[in-house]
Amino acid sequence: MARTIYVDNAATTAMNEEAVAAMTPCFMENYGNPSSLHTVGQRAKEALENARAEIAGLLGAQPGEIYFTSGGSEADNQAIRSAAYVGLAKGKKHIISTAFEHHAVLYTLKKLEKEGFEVTYLDVHSDGLISAAEVEAALREDTALVTIMYANNEVGTIEPVREIGAVCRAHGVLFHCDAVQAVGHIPVDVVKDNIDMLSVSAHKFHGPKGVGLLYCRKGVPLKSLIEGGAQERNRRAGTENIAGICGMAAALRVAVSHLQENMKRESYLRDKLIAGLESIPHSKLNGHRTVRLPGNVNMCFEGIEGESLLLLLDAKGICASSGSACTSGSLDPSHVLLALGLPHEVAHGSLRLSLSEYNTEEEIDYIIREVPKVVEYLRSISPVWEELENGTRKHLI
Amino acid sequence: MALYSEKVMDHFQNPRNVGKLDDADGIGEVGNAKCGDIMKIYIKVRDGIIADVKFNTFGCGSAIASSSMAAEMIKGKPLSEALTLTNKAVAEALDGLPAHKMHCSVLAEEAIRAAIKDYYDKNGIEYDHAQFPDAAEEEEHIHEEG
Repeated sequence: MARTIYVDNAATTAMNEEAVAAMTPCFMENYGNPSSLHTVGQRAKEALENARAEIAGLLGAQPGEIYFTSGGSEADNQAIRSAAYVGLAKGKKHIISTAFEHHAVLYTLKKLEKEGFEVTYLDVHSDGLISAAEVEAALREDTALVTIMYANNEVGTIEPVREIGAVCRAHGVLFHCDAVQAVGHIPVDVVKDNIDMLSVSAHKFHGPKGVGLLYCRKGVPLKSLIEGGAQERNRRAGTENIAGICGMAAALRVAVSHLQENMKRESYLRDKLIAGLESIPHSKLNGHRTVRLPGNVNMCFEGIEGESLLLLLDAKGICASSGSACTSGSLDPSHVLLALGLPHEVAHGSLRLSLSEYNTEEEIDYIIREVPKVVEYLRSISPVWEELENGTRKHLI
Repeated sequence: MALYSEKVMDHFQNPRNVGKLDDADGIGEVGNAKCGDIMKIYIKVRDGIIADVKFNTFGCGSAIASSSMAAEMIKGKPLSEALTLTNKAVAEALDGLPAHKMHCSVLAEEAIRAAIKDYYDKNGIEYDHAQFPDAAEEEEHIHEEG
């Protein structure tokens, strides 16, 4: 069994050659510390600022609005904490978010609640969408921040970010957007999208792990999370990850250069995969059918449990993920699937397949052939499926 | 590093004694779908010995492997011996389970006990009730630990 079909690109991606090529000189040639005044340091500084300018251009931002971080989680933490404390200084203690954000956002908000902030978690619709009108209705005089993701990491639903941003702008409320799953996959422009703060992670678009950025619009105050040196204009201490930053810039350049072509191709493969898997009886597509990331497929299969499905697919060379409790080590299935209103027993049987430009149609055909066999086998040994079939338990999907 | 031992993967991918017994003498079902695992064990008893055993499981890889191993361990054994099977013994026979998966082996032990109790009840056989603590209470306890 030699083949590996990697369809877990929402977890992480393989790096592309351009990103690796951009990183390589940073290890042994351009190894300087950008804070050093000598030639070696200044050469590194030049690489750093070139990367910053390139990335800013690709996001519609100005170079001075980009703060490099260790990744998406740090960017989320910093943006939310900063906006909360800036708000607090003006007597604002209310934050608006959704129930299906990434844990980097949710757990930061939970901590802030313990510190006395009030958070409104808007319920998303069953397709994962939330409307700008719902955000507007939740705004209060003391709202310091609205933080809503660009696209969901599990079910791929793309939120009406531009409209939400416009509402926030009109009411003078800061808008942070976790765009970790969106950047490099769909068009993102911080100006057109009315975004004040934006989180990005390089390894989601064929860049390196351990590097990301926080965009913070000029004029929006930004507090630091990590204290120390004066790097990133005093907003993020620590010697810059030059190799990672150069790799991220190259990866984003490549991703944006063929964004439309990729979206078209991946959406085609996605829809073919969805159609193929929907032929399995008592299956359900999670998230919105069309307003979703081009590479995201998330399905539930009734009567089986996701971890066993995942491991049997792995044995066939298919690398995917699941929102079942067993895969997370907790007792509850994915908070995202529960937020969409799925019952626990259905959410346990979820499968996420996230594609990238490296996946081929032949691979999709293979997945469409193999998944039904595994589902059928697991159902054949499942007492839950037996009850569903003999009528003692009601089908939910 | 593999998630599970080779033995767990073997019993998960090639489970022994999987299926149902239409003429079972005792059936034990534990767990619930909301929590993501249900085990159902069927036993056929001849002269106080478990002559045949089959299982069906809804759950993760370690739940299926635990059912398979537990079924294999009690097959051909006297009921009295099957009742002494502990979850620890099942986990050890599988070359260990990750800490957060130990409850799968507990479910296997519980399912076997439930099947034997069902056999006793159906056949009016006297037994020591202290041997069979309330199953529902046990299950809640397990999940709190998880």
